[in-house]
Amino acid sequence: MNDRPHDQKPGWLDRRENVRLIARTLYAACAVVLLLDFVIHRHADFETDATWGFYGIYGFVGSVFLVMAAKQMRRILRRPEDYYDR
Amino acid sequence: MIAELSPGLLLIAGAVLVPVLPFVLRGVWILALPVAGMALLLTLPAGDYGQVEFLGQTLTLLRLDALSRVFGIIFLIAAFLGGLFALHVRAATEHVSALVYAGASLGAVFAGDLVSLFVFWELTAIASVFLIWSRGTERAWKAGLRYLVIQVGSGVLLLAGLLERWAETGSVEFGHIGLDGPGGVLIFLAFGIKCAFPLLHNWLQDAYPEATPTGTVILSAFTTKLAVYALARGFAGTECLIWIGAAMTAFPIFYAVIENDLRRVLAYSLNNQLGFMVVGVGIGTELALNGTAAHAFTHILYKALLFMSMGAVLYRVGTTDATELGGLHKTMPLTTGFCIVGAASISAFPLFSGFVSKSMILSAATYEGHFWIWLVLLFASAGVFHHSGIKIPFFAFFAHDSGKRPKEAPLNMLVAMAIAAVLCVGIGVWPSALYAILPFAVDYLPYTDSHVLSQVQLLLFSALAFTVLLRTGVYPPEMHATNLDSDWLYRRVGREVLHGTYAIARQVDNAVRGSAVRRIERFLYGLYRHHGPSGFLARSWPTGSMVLWVAVLLTAYLVLFDL
Repeated sequence: MNDRPHDQKPGWLDRRENVRLIARTLYAACAVVLLLDFVIHRHADFETDATWGFYGIYGFVGSVFLVMAAKQMRRILRRPEDYYDR
Repeated sequence: MIAELSPGLLLIAGAVLVPVLPFVLRGVWILALPVAGMALLLTLPAGDYGQVEFLGQTLTLLRLDALSRVFGIIFLIAAFLGGLFALHVRAATEHVSALVYAGASLGAVFAGDLVSLFVFWELTAIASVFLIWSRGTERAWKAGLRYLVIQVGSGVLLLAGLLERWAETGSVEFGHIGLDGPGGVLIFLAFGIKCAFPLLHNWLQDAYPEATPTGTVILSAFTTKLAVYALARGFAGTECLIWIGAAMTAFPIFYAVIENDLRRVLAYSLNNQLGFMVVGVGIGTELALNGTAAHAFTHILYKALLFMSMGAVLYRVGTTDATELGGLHKTMPLTTGFCIVGAASISAFPLFSGFVSKSMILSAATYEGHFWIWLVLLFASAGVFHHSGIKIPFFAFFAHDSGKRPKEAPLNMLVAMAIAAVLCVGIGVWPSALYAILPFAVDYLPYTDSHVLSQVQLLLFSALAFTVLLRTGVYPPEMHATNLDSDWLYRRVGREVLHGTYAIARQVDNAVRGSAVRRIERFLYGLYRHHGPSGFLARSWPTGSMVLWVAVLLTAYLVLFDL
C-alpha cells in the first residue's frame, strides 16, 4: 500500500527514525526550558505565575483539555457535510 | 486639493479603470494605487481634511490622527499584498471588488463623522460580497447572500444608532460614543456584528472559506479590523468588552480543533485573534490600546500570509480539506516555509510579529489586575498555537502523505507571501518601527528574559501535548463534517420556524376564512328563511290577528297600571 508516486524518493520526514528524532528534540527542549525556571528570575505579575513550571504545566494541561473537550463537542455538534444543503 | 484626497477615495476611483485596462497594465495599476495611497497618507500632516456641509452637519472625509493613520497604513499594505497575490486572476470583477472594498474600508477608517462612516460601512459589505460570489459555486452564492444580509444589517443598526444620536446630541461626530444612550447601544451592536462578537460571529466562518483563493486573503484583512478600529474609537474602556473579548479568544479554538476545512480553521482563529484586540479596547489604557492597534497590524499580515498559503494550496490542489491533504511540502517547499512563518507569527513565537503585539495586551491585562482574563488569554494563546501554529502546516504539508504532487504556487503568489513573511519576521525582530507608529507613545519592552521564557515554555509544552496526543492516537482524526455553530439558529431552526410558522399560518388562515365563509352562508340562509318568498317575516298576516294582539297588549297595560 504505497500511494506515493514511484518517481519520488522517500523524503527525510518519511523515515521513522527522523520523526522520532524530532519528537526527542522537542522533549529535550521542553526539559531545558522547564529547568531554566530555576535560573531565570521571573518578574511575576500574579502569585500564580511565580510558581515553578506554571507556564509549562498550564500550556500542556490547557492543550490537552482543549483537544479532549473539542473531541466531546464533536459528538454533539457533528453533522454530515451536506447537512445544510438538504 | 488633490493632496487632501482620502486614500480610500483614490482606490475606489482607481477601480473604475481596472476593467478597461489591458492585462499587464492592469496589474501595474492595481499595485500602483495602494502605493500612491500610501504616499498620500505619509505626506499629509495630522488634521481634518475633505470637509463637506450636509444638512447642517460638517462631514469629515479624511480625519488623520495617530489612530486612523496606523490602521490606514496597514490597510494599504494589505491592499497591495492582496492585489499582488491575485495578480494572475483574469476576471476583472475580483480586482474591482477588492479595490473598492479596500478603498471603502480606508474611507471608513478616515471618516470623522458617523454619516460618512455609515456610507463606507455599507460599501464594504456590498463591494466585498463579489469576492465570495466570484468562486462561482452554489455554496458560495448562498453563503454570500447570508453574508450580505448580515453585513447590511449591521449598517442598518449603525444608521439607526447614528440618527438616534443625532436627534439626542445634535452632532454626528465620530468620537467616543459609550453605551449611555440607546443610540450608543445600537452602534455598539453594529460594530459587534462586523467584529464577530460571540453569537454574532458566524457570518465570518460561514462566508470567508467559501470565497475565491485570492478573495479570502483580501476579506481577512479589512471588515473585522475596521470594526476593531471603530470600537477603539468609540468604545475604548467599555468594561464589558473585556469579557466579550475573552470569550472570543476562547470559544472559537474548540471549533478550530475539529474543523476539517483548513481555511475555516483559519477563520475560527481569526475570530480568536480579534478577541485579543477587543480585550485591549475594553481595558482601554494607553498600553492596551497600543496593543490593540499593534495586534491588528501584525495580525493582518500573518493572517493574510496564512490565508495566502492555504489559497495557494486551494489554487493548486482544489481543496483545503485536511482529509485530502498531507505531504505537500515535497512539491510546495516555499509555500510550506511561508506558512510556517505565518504560523509562528500567529502563535507569538519570540522573534515573530505576534509576540511583540500580543504581549502588550497580556501585559495591559496583568497591570490592571485582570487575573481571570489573563488566564483565559493564556489558554487561548496555547490554543491558537495548537490549531493555527501546528494543525494548519502539519495537516496541509506534512502528516500522512496524500500522494498529491501539486506544482509550487505561481510567482506572484510566492512574492506576495515572501513580502508578508519578511514583514512578520522584521516586526518581530525590530518592533521599534511598529511601536513608532502606534497611537500613544510606547514605553514597553517585549523582550525581557522573563517574558520570552514564559512564552517559550507555554508554546513548547503545548507542542508537547499535540505530539503526545497524536502519537498515542488520542488526537481526534480529521473527518468530513459540518459542525453546528450559531448559524444553526438561522440556517436550521430559523428555516424550520419559518416553515412551521407558514404551516400553522396556513391552517389558522384556513380555519378563520372557513368559519367566516360559513357564518356568511348561515346569515344569508337565515335572511332567506325569514325574508325569502316563503319566509316567516314575509308572510301576509290576517288583520284579525293584529286586532287580537292589540287587545291583548292593552289589557296587559291596564292590568299593570291598576296594580
